[in-house]
Amino acid sequence: MSAAVGTRETGELLKNGAIQLMLAINAVIMIYPLFVMVMSSFKTNAEIFSSPFALPAHFSLANAERVWSETNFVRYLANSVGVTMAAVALILLFSTMAAYAIARYQFRLSALVLMFFLSGMTVPLKLAIIPLFIQLDSLGLVDSYAGLVLVYVAMGIPSAVFIMTGFLRTLPRELEESARMDGASEFRIMRSIMLPLARPALVIVAIQNAVPIWNDFFFPLVLITSDNLKTLPQGLTVFVGEFTTDWGVLFTGLTLAALPITLLYIVLSKQFISGITQGAVK
Amino acid sequence: MNIGRRHTTKAFPWRRSLWIASLLTPALVVMVLFVLWPLLSAFRLAFYEFNGLQPIGFIGFENFRKVLFEQPYSDWTFNALKHNIIAFVALMVFENGTAFLLAYALLKALPGHRIHQVIVFLPVVLSAVIVGFLWKLFLHPLFGLVNQTLALVGIGAIPWLGNEHTALGSVLFANVWHWLGFPTLVLLAGMQRVSKEVIEAARLDGAGDYVLMTRIIWPLIAPSVTIVTILTFIGSFNWFEIPYVMAGLTGSPGGATDVLGLYFYRTAFGSTTTGIQDFGQGSALAVMMFIIVAGVTAIALRYLRRREIEL
Repeated sequence: MSAAVGTRETGELLKNGAIQLMLAINAVIMIYPLFVMVMSSFKTNAEIFSSPFALPAHFSLANAERVWSETNFVRYLANSVGVTMAAVALILLFSTMAAYAIARYQFRLSALVLMFFLSGMTVPLKLAIIPLFIQLDSLGLVDSYAGLVLVYVAMGIPSAVFIMTGFLRTLPRELEESARMDGASEFRIMRSIMLPLARPALVIVAIQNAVPIWNDFFFPLVLITSDNLKTLPQGLTVFVGEFTTDWGVLFTGLTLAALPITLLYIVLSKQFISGITQGAVK
Repeated sequence: MNIGRRHTTKAFPWRRSLWIASLLTPALVVMVLFVLWPLLSAFRLAFYEFNGLQPIGFIGFENFRKVLFEQPYSDWTFNALKHNIIAFVALMVFENGTAFLLAYALLKALPGHRIHQVIVFLPVVLSAVIVGFLWKLFLHPLFGLVNQTLALVGIGAIPWLGNEHTALGSVLFANVWHWLGFPTLVLLAGMQRVSKEVIEAARLDGAGDYVLMTRIIWPLIAPSVTIVTILTFIGSFNWFEIPYVMAGLTGSPGGATDVLGLYFYRTAFGSTTTGIQDFGQGSALAVMMFIIVAGVTAIALRYLRRREIEL
């Protein structure tokens, strides 16, 4: 009896060992390329070519200095920060306002308005890029921050309205009724009572939108032509074109481009994962 | 006092309507201007001849006829379409298949499973441009990490992205590496919702891992499989960034990595090599891609949902 249990435990142990081995191999495949990328950013070209697996002989910042002084990298980075922040702020503002109206008031057409927003979730806006380009051109918004930001806002609103409406509906009615009794204005009720409660949903919406906007390449590629307006992913293509043979600088550029979002991800991994998989796991 | 106030709000319904309207207006205006109008126009413009940015005349199905039946456009269209289909099948097998195994392994919640979830999802948060360039460097025939590693075991230099037989596979590999964490965690979330009692009961009845995986877990996570399948399909047919970065706008070598997204972009916004720039044909391609994605998604949803209901 005990011998049988013993074999089963040994079998279980072996199986778990095999699973851990598979996971370990996968972890190496996921992490090692990024590790090599970071290490190569400290290396000279000769070092990268001759000893690709070795640690850098010196942790030299020479490549980083060249990225700083010889490229528009910092400008691209600042553009990405600005565009992402502006777009996410407007998405949060506009969607929360609309969701608040839909969730907290009863009015004719409310179901229709919600339907209109929800149908926007299914639209791949990339495929409407030609009329979008013509539209922005006629408004004088091609090759401007404003044009890019507005496209991102339009892309983000549908799912943001969906999430915020769902969340705002769950807040108890008593809170707002008693404030209304006390004579608070509708704006004050929204601003001071309801919205502070919606903070967790706002964080999810912000991350869900910030990541794809920060990483987007397609819309800047079509809409932005001035080098000074380019975002980081788009700027990287310029950068790679200029330093094709200088791998130390290339790896440094990739490392620096990956750094901000990676650091944020390490701190907020839970929120990142639930924000990005939101909609697919429900 | 309180009652009096309630009467005042009732007495001015227009104030309430104005307040609601002002809450809705900004979002609605953005949606109408930058989603609804462009989308409706996209269908209309596919039937027009263009001169630069200007539609100059209605030409019926001429744009569709060209991209589907006239050489050399039709060759480019079907070559690209073939690669989108290959991409979908390959991603279903390699990306989602691996993701299913990983999710099942993570479901056991062995030590380290949380950190593994964070690791496998890390590339997902990076831009496709970073991932594409990184793997382009690693796949370099002489100095790339991949061939340097293979050289250690005596395998000669393979021009991964330069050879038409390996180029598409190499680009797909980078895509799998980039996105693997997404289906893994979606499937894992699906598996975690399968009740512990069901799994325990099956185990007590003597079900091993294989039976548990194929007979219990697989059917019960059907909703997650549906969503992963559909997102993979949409992703494969909108595929653009990684092929653009790794193989260029023309899908080199010789169109071996060309996909509809690249071909659409070339047609609509021109390329230095082909010199063609045609919003009419571009719109026709966009409409066709839209119909493929929307149509197949709708059919797949019905078919896959039926599988869910039968359980």
